[in-house]
Amino acid sequence: MRRSRPPIIRRTLADRIGGFVRDWSVPRQIAGQSSATKAAESALSRGLRPRLDEADTVGTNICPYCAVGCAQLMYAKDGRVIHVEGDPRSPINQGTLCPKGAATLGLMTMPERLDKIKYRAPHSDRWEERSMDWAMDRIAHLTKKTRDEAFVQELPDGGTVNHTQAIGSLGGATLDNEENYLIKKLFSAGLGMVWIENQARV
Amino acid sequence: MPSLGTTYGRGAATLAQWDLANSDFVLVMGSNMAENHPIAFRFVMRAKEKGATIVHADPRFTRTSALADIHAPLRAGTDIAFLGGIIRHILENDLWFKDYVLNYTNIATIISSDYQDPEQLDGLFSGWDEEKKSYTVDSWQYKDMKVPSSLAEHEPSTSDSFDEAAKSTSDGPPPEDRTLRHPNCVYQIMRRHYARYTPEMVERVTGCPAGTFLKVCEAITRNSGRERTGAICYAVGWTHHSTGVQMIRGAGIIQALLGNVGRPGGGVLALRGHTSIQGSTDIPTLYDMLPGYLQQPNANQKHADLQEFLETEQTPTGWWHNLPKYMVSLLRAWYGDNATAENGWGYRWLPKIVGDHSQLPMTLAMRDGVIKGMFFLGQNPVIGGSNSKQVQAGLAKLDWMVVRDCAETETASFWKEGHLVRDGDMRPEDIGTEVFLMPASLAGEKDGTFTNTHRLLQWHDKVVDGPGDSQSELWFIYHLGRRLKALYADSDLERDQPIQNLTWDYPERGPDRDPSAEAVLKEINGYTWLDRRQLSGIPDIKDDGSTACGCWIYCGVFPTHNDNKSRSRRADGPDGPGTHLGWGFAWPDNRRTLANRASADPEGKPWSERKRLIWWDAEKETWTGDDQVDFVKDKPPGFKPDWSKHPTGMDALGGDAPFILIADGKAALFSSSGLKDGPLPTHYEPLESPVHNQLYKQEANPVAKHWEKRDNELAEPGDPRFPHSFTTYRLTEHHSGGTPTRSVPVTAELQPEGFAEIPTELARELGIGNTDWVVISTLRGEIETRALVTDRLQPFHLGGGKTVHQVGMPWHFGWKGYATGDIANVLTAVVGDPNTSMHENKALVCGLRRGRLARDGGRHGES
Ligand code: SF4
Repeated sequence: MRRSRPPIIRRTLADRIGGFVRDWSVPRQIAGQSSATKAAESALSRGLRPRLDEADTVGTNICPYCAVGCAQLMYAKDGRVIHVEGDPRSPINQGTLCPKGAATLGLMTMPERLDKIKYRAPHSDRWEERSMDWAMDRIAHLTKKTRDEAFVQELPDGGTVNHTQAIGSLGGATLDNEENYLIKKLFSAGLGMVWIENQARV
Repeated sequence: MPSLGTTYGRGAATLAQWDLANSDFVLVMGSNMAENHPIAFRFVMRAKEKGATIVHADPRFTRTSALADIHAPLRAGTDIAFLGGIIRHILENDLWFKDYVLNYTNIATIISSDYQDPEQLDGLFSGWDEEKKSYTVDSWQYKDMKVPSSLAEHEPSTSDSFDEAAKSTSDGPPPEDRTLRHPNCVYQIMRRHYARYTPEMVERVTGCPAGTFLKVCEAITRNSGRERTGAICYAVGWTHHSTGVQMIRGAGIIQALLGNVGRPGGGVLALRGHTSIQGSTDIPTLYDMLPGYLQQPNANQKHADLQEFLETEQTPTGWWHNLPKYMVSLLRAWYGDNATAENGWGYRWLPKIVGDHSQLPMTLAMRDGVIKGMFFLGQNPVIGGSNSKQVQAGLAKLDWMVVRDCAETETASFWKEGHLVRDGDMRPEDIGTEVFLMPASLAGEKDGTFTNTHRLLQWHDKVVDGPGDSQSELWFIYHLGRRLKALYADSDLERDQPIQNLTWDYPERGPDRDPSAEAVLKEINGYTWLDRRQLSGIPDIKDDGSTACGCWIYCGVFPTHNDNKSRSRRADGPDGPGTHLGWGFAWPDNRRTLANRASADPEGKPWSERKRLIWWDAEKETWTGDDQVDFVKDKPPGFKPDWSKHPTGMDALGGDAPFILIADGKAALFSSSGLKDGPLPTHYEPLESPVHNQLYKQEANPVAKHWEKRDNELAEPGDPRFPHSFTTYRLTEHHSGGTPTRSVPVTAELQPEGFAEIPTELARELGIGNTDWVVISTLRGEIETRALVTDRLQPFHLGGGKTVHQVGMPWHFGWKGYATGDIANVLTAVVGDPNTSMHENKALVCGLRRGRLARDGGRHGES
């Protein structure tokens, strides 16, 4: 919400100097009023509003970088994040964030942020844009084809293995527990993939 | 982390980060905590304000060192010599906490008379099989008793030659001699094993002056005991070695000897890098485990069917005796009504592993055409993987790959900007890999939980949608699964049963048909199969198919339909107990400090008022205190197993056995099972070292993994082409593979360009000035970067008058984003720890010269 400026009224120079001195916070503080209270105010600062006033949504977030697990408050307006700060309630970070955590808003809104599906055909020298449906269908098709071509039910010695070594998956330490759970469930218990790894060893 | 797993029973941090504020000493080693876990380091600073002594043992002088009371420099990769020296100091000066150690560890236990030590065998333990290059572990067992491994993250054992006649842990207490005079009791074995790890030897091997080393010993022993406790914090500075697991074991042994585990301000804190790396180990996107540290079935083990699997893996005694409940309930969650008692709950549908399928051999499997399709889900191995050029050669051999990330990564763009193209080995036209690059949602754009470094599950809200086509991995996997189920729906092939039988019903929301993360977390927590009531905690899990549970250690996080404990946000006030039981949910059962039974003496009384946490309330006949007790709640401290009944499970553990996941309930100073490279940590040089091993003829860890020599050679010790010690590390402003910070203007601006730190003396010798270009080389490759000449790196003066310089380099950089630089992992090798297959990127050797590389037909790179 844009706030209207106070009306400009023509005043004499003396008026203005007088007004400035009255409004100036330093003399009041010298006079003994605490700088942590009203004595720090001026006409300008009275007109300022925290950015967060504009937020229509606030949620709790956990820092996406390291495993300290700092809690954040995330403020959004009209479906866009406008501010991220440390959650003062958290016993881990008590409102603080390190340079990475403090860059969370920058990460979410970075100019390099990918927002389209890019596809590179075999032997091509460029990216092409593709739709989600097309990509999902194609990936499902390739997954099935690769699995079916290299599925092993039994080893030569007769032991069942029910696995495929032709598909691998790498990643997970940046993801949610629920996501890791579905990855392991689908890839291992559903498709029989064994090459499943994440950053735990990196 | 099999190290903490075999020592204390669980492979996870034993204490909460905030508990460091209660420590009387903090040893940070294998970590630059102030820079890489800065917010957690505040608690170390708070402890310091309250009088604690802070020690930083590290090759480099960093901001952690600057804030510590003592900085002990040591050459990269020599940590076990240092830790072994501390163990010797504690034992020889009788500084161990007797009442704690005699009761809560296996110090008095008698080991097989066949055991022989590296002191006798010049660096090898007994049981070495020269042909197989591995150990059989029979001689490491307790006298006349077979000790099962505490499962957590244990890998296929190298031995199948256990003496079948050996007693089981159910038949009686382990043999012990509490007078500690028996020559083969653990105490005497450890004294002999570490006898030569004197302060002088520590100095000769590590380069840390003996005086500084002794100050460290004095600081940590003075601050341990009934009244005082201390913590050891480590990170990948320990895990990234061919001896990484044994380094952590060293810390585990020290903390057990000092009586620091399970007590306020005491323990071992693993500082993990990625936001949910603990979670992705608990619910493993890892090849060798199923959720909750259950074994992935293995074709090389006795795992043919469920019954055989359970017979092999179930321990007779201790908590892991419950294994069948967790396994059956997992299969119920995964295969639903298709899992029946008759078909072994669908066990055979689980794929079996046939060897090591971890990331390092994965690189080779791609390059050799075994793997044809890859999913990269938020991981960027061209930057983070060892031997980056080999990784890229692997990508070029794939038929197809899917990269899901928030920005275009080096991995996604290897075919147009990678080393293969840049070095002229291949043109994009030659590379047949079909690549899908898909935008991924970040936290804040999706619901879900992360598990932090101290086992704490915290929920995060979806506040906004991700930009454009961005979707969560939950969405991606769920919809990929739906499509695959549709593709396989009509198959009548037996091999397609697993995907057909997989339960895959999650409520959807919104126009994008977003699956509900809450529903998935509810399945992880577990519920009763017939009437879908949420399980309230681990004791509810059954082995008869009546319960489904996706990850038993997380049971209790969602105990009723509308109580998601990971959303709980009630921290203690300033006068509260400070365990913050109302903030998030810590596995297991919301316990904040593991093995906290050990915070009380054998009779159940706190060791001291100052350090009380859990105690026995004799009147109410229950354990009580400021934390959830990590023990059987109503088992009295005086409980003794009735051996005449061959007790199993928890009945075989006494009321004074705090380490309930270990078969005998005691911390394993000496680890009989579960590790591949020895029952005690022993100093070996890194696989690539500038010097020879001064302690044994055996230079490096004999079982360390070195997959293959092609494009992956190692320099011999003392190779004059590569005289310097080389190590890699992270910066505060960048995150791991770098995509989420190098592409963000604010963080890129703070650390805009790659560099290497070079000691002043060495720079002078080689004529290198600050910000000059330098070339760093190993047998795997060469890179160029800018020199940062600094006194923070000091030379090490080792035994035999030898001086070794070190070169250090952050490994985040690559060619994408705003902050760019050459890739440090071009220099590293595909070698690793025998227990974890963790690579050794913290200690190698390099050559260094002033100058640049000729690239792009003579044109210099733009970094
Ligand atoms: S704010 Fe910094 S210390 Fe906290 S979780 Fe994020 S990256 Fe880690």
